[in-house]
Amino acid sequence: MTLFIIGLLSGLISGMGIGGGTILIPSLTIFLDISQQNAQNINLLYFIPTAVAALVIHIKNKRIKKELISFLIIGGFFGAIVGSYIAISLKSLILRRLFAFFLLFMGISEIRK
Amino acid sequence: MKNNKFKAISLGLITGLVNGLFGSGGGTIAVPFMQRFLKVEEHDSHANAIAVILPLSIMSTFIYSSHLKVDWNSLLYVSLGGIIGGIFGAKLLNKLSAKWLHKIFGFFMIAASIRMIIG
Repeated sequence: MTLFIIGLLSGLISGMGIGGGTILIPSLTIFLDISQQNAQNINLLYFIPTAVAALVIHIKNKRIKKELISFLIIGGFFGAIVGSYIAISLKSLILRRLFAFFLLFMGISEIRK
Repeated sequence: MKNNKFKAISLGLITGLVNGLFGSGGGTIAVPFMQRFLKVEEHDSHANAIAVILPLSIMSTFIYSSHLKVDWNSLLYVSLGGIIGGIFGAKLLNKLSAKWLHKIFGFFMIAASIRMIIG
């Protein structure tokens, strides 16, 4: 039930156009004692089907700039490999603290919008 | 375009790094980056950010999942809630003031971050 409510709130927030992961990941680690890495992986997996659905609509509306995104993706793959290997090799508590600082920074920028 | 290629590859690198390290936040980084440095218009930058982050997230979850036991049960319940929440969220979007929404949500993020640093 807790999982369902956490999902519901994160979905509500991402449906409004704010990143759902910033609510989903802290909720999973704070209320359910799920490790930081597992919470992050749940968020990555949870994002995939929603993104596919959104992308289909954007492609139909011809919003996707194929040439530009191909360069972003090339660079992105290198970053994703390095970032993910760092994440899985860190202790859960250390990654949790790093994530918390990232979240703090994002929270401040949300308030200033 | 040559200059833009270099910029796009670098911005992609940073987006992928953050998204891989934190399992989230790719969009928060990619959207403003694309607007500011690649002069992509706001709506288009949201759409194109999803197109960039989707393959990066798939790559990251492959790496995560090969080293962790995937918690499919939690994922199922979270996703069920997420689908219902997503539909309501999209409907609510037109009824709430975006400015206050960002402020309220920002406070939640700050509170959660403090809890995660202390706890």
